[in-house]
Amino acid sequence: MKTLQSRYLWIVLLIIALVGLMPIVLNSPTMREEVFLILMLIVLASSVNIIMGYTGYVSFGHIVFFGLGGYVAFYLMQTFQVHLVLAAIAGGLVASAFAFLLGTPVLRLRGAYFALATIGINEAVRTFVNNFEPFGGSVGMFFNFSVYDAYGGAANALWFTYYALIVVTLLTIAASFWIKKSKFGLGLMAIREDQDAAQVLGINAARYKVLAFTASAFFSGAVGALFFFKNGIIEPNIAFDLLRSIEGLVMVMLGGFGTVIGPVIGAAVYELLRSTLITAPPLNLGFTTINFSNFHLFITGFLLLLIVLFITTGAVGLLRQRVPVLRRYLE
Amino acid sequence: MDPNLQALLASLIDGLMLGFIYGIAAMGLTLIFGVMRVVNLSHGAVIALGMFGVYIGTTSFGLNPYLSLVLVLVLGLGFGIVMYFVSIHRVIDAPELTTLLATYAVDLMIIGLGTAAFTTTQRAVDVNLGTFQAGAITILGTRVAAALIAGLMTAGLYLFLYRTHIGKSIRAVANNRSAAELMGINTTWVLALSFGIGIMLAAVSGGLIATILSFTILSGSAFQLKSFVIVVLGGLGNPTGALLGGIILGLLEGLIPVIRLPLIGSIPFGWVPVIEYVIFVMILLVRPKGLLGARA
Repeated sequence: MKTLQSRYLWIVLLIIALVGLMPIVLNSPTMREEVFLILMLIVLASSVNIIMGYTGYVSFGHIVFFGLGGYVAFYLMQTFQVHLVLAAIAGGLVASAFAFLLGTPVLRLRGAYFALATIGINEAVRTFVNNFEPFGGSVGMFFNFSVYDAYGGAANALWFTYYALIVVTLLTIAASFWIKKSKFGLGLMAIREDQDAAQVLGINAARYKVLAFTASAFFSGAVGALFFFKNGIIEPNIAFDLLRSIEGLVMVMLGGFGTVIGPVIGAAVYELLRSTLITAPPLNLGFTTINFSNFHLFITGFLLLLIVLFITTGAVGLLRQRVPVLRRYLE
Repeated sequence: MDPNLQALLASLIDGLMLGFIYGIAAMGLTLIFGVMRVVNLSHGAVIALGMFGVYIGTTSFGLNPYLSLVLVLVLGLGFGIVMYFVSIHRVIDAPELTTLLATYAVDLMIIGLGTAAFTTTQRAVDVNLGTFQAGAITILGTRVAAALIAGLMTAGLYLFLYRTHIGKSIRAVANNRSAAELMGINTTWVLALSFGIGIMLAAVSGGLIATILSFTILSGSAFQLKSFVIVVLGGLGNPTGALLGGIILGLLEGLIPVIRLPLIGSIPFGWVPVIEYVIFVMILLVRPKGLLGARA
């Protein structure tokens, strides 16, 4: 496969693997938690990038796949003691199936109509799960501690989830790269640029879009399973949080729309910024003290506005524009 | 009167009044979309600002809540115009994603500052206009007042859009911006004014909600989602449709919990939003132009 010969892909994967290994080498659970969040956001941002960046369909409610995958896996693990790996695959597959079924009608909508429909779907599922007793309704579900016994206790289970997340992250990046470089990805980008022209040139737009939607849902669903296994508790308002969904779009925009490395950089920068702001000590100006934890939403919003108004292509896009040499390397 | 029928009638009236209030928030959203193809994701935050405008007016300045509402209206219009020039004007011709994210950025900024300033504690504005007694049904005076004001705002907007020169310019720009510009309309100002009016309607509806329900700085997002549902029911870009959509949604919310169906019995209140969102998605898929079809 040509993809596997790309030095660029291997360098990106190597960097992510090295970052992922750091908490393991240092044996630091605090660092693991921070890196866990970053890797999870990388997966979420990369997965939304497949439909939004490559295909040009802005899925505002993409978090529905994350929540759905999480719920399905959680239910399997709690009720049938299914192993995490199998449960995560099942969660991803259910999310994919949901995307496949919904994709055909929803992806016919364009622009704002599509964005609104995805918000509506997420809210419909959220309110549905809120009332759905097998999933615990509005209270949600939580693990019996014995679930962790199969993994050698809670502490080991957390490390195991973390290893699984590293694997999922590497797979997501590889898939994102493969899609971008394949003929399939070329078709998606043709749809993004001009759907009608793409169809005239013989691209089965409806099928391509549904496949892209299905693929992107799988990774979100699988990572949802890992996240809620680690948490040990799942509830509708956290699983289907529209704010997190839109944060994913912000990360893609921040790093660079439609590039492989963009969502990775965007997710890492966004999460580091957020955690710095939340944990920053209050700044004493004499007449008043500024507490940054309250302002992180404001600063996020301000940054987003600046990017949207002035750097529409994101960090990677800006580099590609300004430093032509990098165009050959940055994908 | 039969107590079942009585409950039904009371819910019907309640739903109708709420519908008017939902309707004006949605009208703001649909006006903005109709004129400039922008889906305003900061609508919920502005609704929350309207709530807090009335709250501050009454608690900090001791104003009458309805006088505060007038201030909210004026400030809302000004805020909307400023917001247009800061966040929209530069990207007005960009793809929809850009304006969606730009308005969402403003939403985050408002919510961030609002949370820092007001925390997320529950608030309520203390107003009492007595009650009205119609047969065995009791209606709260504040609800009647809110519905009346919402109705007046709707009528005012209609007259403004269809009977004044500026209103006609707004409709012309909605119809075809380049043609309107060629006819000598200053489209930049028309866009800014339309955005201002849209934001004003959101702020006023927030103020009205504050007089009948308790709220936090985060309450706006629920009403923003309701506005989306309403706007899609009535057709994106169609202000009169928004009123109809608002009334349909209000009636659904009032009626669903009290009706009795064969086999299932009554529907628990928790299922109301599920039904709303499913209708929302279905209408987008089947009739994306809304029940009335889009008109400028």
